[in-house]
Amino acid sequence: MEQHEKFEYILRLGDNALVLGQRLGEWCGHGPALEEDIALTNISLDLIGQARSLLDYAGQVEGAGRDEDKLAFFRDVRQYRNVILLEQPNGHFGDTIVRQFLYDHFAWLFYNELMKSNDDQLVAIAAKSIKEVTYHRRHSSEWIIRLGDGTAESKEKVQDSLDRLWVYSGEMLTPDSLDKKAQEAGIGVDLDVLKKDWHVNVKGVIEQATLTLPEDGWMHSGGKKGMHSEHLGYILAEMQHIPRAYPDAKW
Amino acid sequence: MTSTLSIEDIWKLLTEVKDPEIPVLNVVDMGIVRNIQWNDDVLEVTITPTYSGCPAMDVISLNIKSILHKHFAENVAVKSALFPPWTTDWLTDDAREKLRNYGIAPPEKGTSDKSALFAEQKVIECPKCGAKETTKVSEFGSTSCKAHYKCNVCLEPFDYFKCI
Repeated sequence: MEQHEKFEYILRLGDNALVLGQRLGEWCGHGPALEEDIALTNISLDLIGQARSLLDYAGQVEGAGRDEDKLAFFRDVRQYRNVILLEQPNGHFGDTIVRQFLYDHFAWLFYNELMKSNDDQLVAIAAKSIKEVTYHRRHSSEWIIRLGDGTAESKEKVQDSLDRLWVYSGEMLTPDSLDKKAQEAGIGVDLDVLKKDWHVNVKGVIEQATLTLPEDGWMHSGGKKGMHSEHLGYILAEMQHIPRAYPDAKW
Repeated sequence: MTSTLSIEDIWKLLTEVKDPEIPVLNVVDMGIVRNIQWNDDVLEVTITPTYSGCPAMDVISLNIKSILHKHFAENVAVKSALFPPWTTDWLTDDAREKLRNYGIAPPEKGTSDKSALFAEQKVIECPKCGAKETTKVSEFGSTSCKAHYKCNVCLEPFDYFKCI
């Protein structure tokens, strides 16, 4: 695996954490209850911390002098490598929780596997992140059950969120040529194996929540190669506006 | 100027650096300081974050530098290491007692089910009245490292230092 490919691979992981972290930050001051406002922003903070470690490392691997801030604030939509699921709007609380639930189960399995990587820095980031993701996964899974097995209205809403967001779940679980190269090089994770475990774990929670597992069909993809939905541009516009307006500003 | 302080003295000195969010604990109690060593004429202090996004790390690093600068003229470098990842098992017994006295329930020691999807509800003692009948309000609290509980006996809300 060449260095620029390794850079791309790490960028995907960093962008996933950054974009979801930024999305969750939008809930600050808008949570349905104070505890949830704090929970969502705590999770956001963890994700942005993970993104910092990953983007910092991606910059080192690239070797072109870009640090975490350069990578976060001075790339355009087409240069972002996150999966499309994570840039989807927050919607209502059920939408946010379903998006989180699908990703948390992925991230938990992914980081567990990444701890076996032959790259020491990725192992370190994975070992750190897994502790945080364990809490996130528990939180979103408990909410899926509470909403699914809750009132008629909460059940209907969260089932609808699940049905609408399911088409975005395939991208993170389906390996492309870069994923395969990373796996063969012993750096990355085998997504084919991960996908099976993800289905078992997700199905378990959905059944406990008395919800119906959507059927796998056509899935959205493209984010990992920089082809995004319309939503990412708006996220970046808000997130990048200050550093772009004042590119030489220092803390 | 060459320092006359030993590495041991420097460890002692760093107990004066408090955690900015939990000022009863110092960075050594917390297990945040991982290593202190001389690298030629540079004193290297390695610290590790409690959580990836812990916003206190920059302040901690700055405070470590400033206290060392007071005692040395030499270069001080504060490095951050992620591995091995920080765990609440590194909190000293002394630190646990300080937390309790400060009104924060200390983390349980070495629980084995940290990675379980749905952890069994633990018995967390109220740090104010000592009652064992408490309820988890939210697993996320006022900082990354704390969860929010309330006591069913004295009815006070309190923070629980999450076990990771």
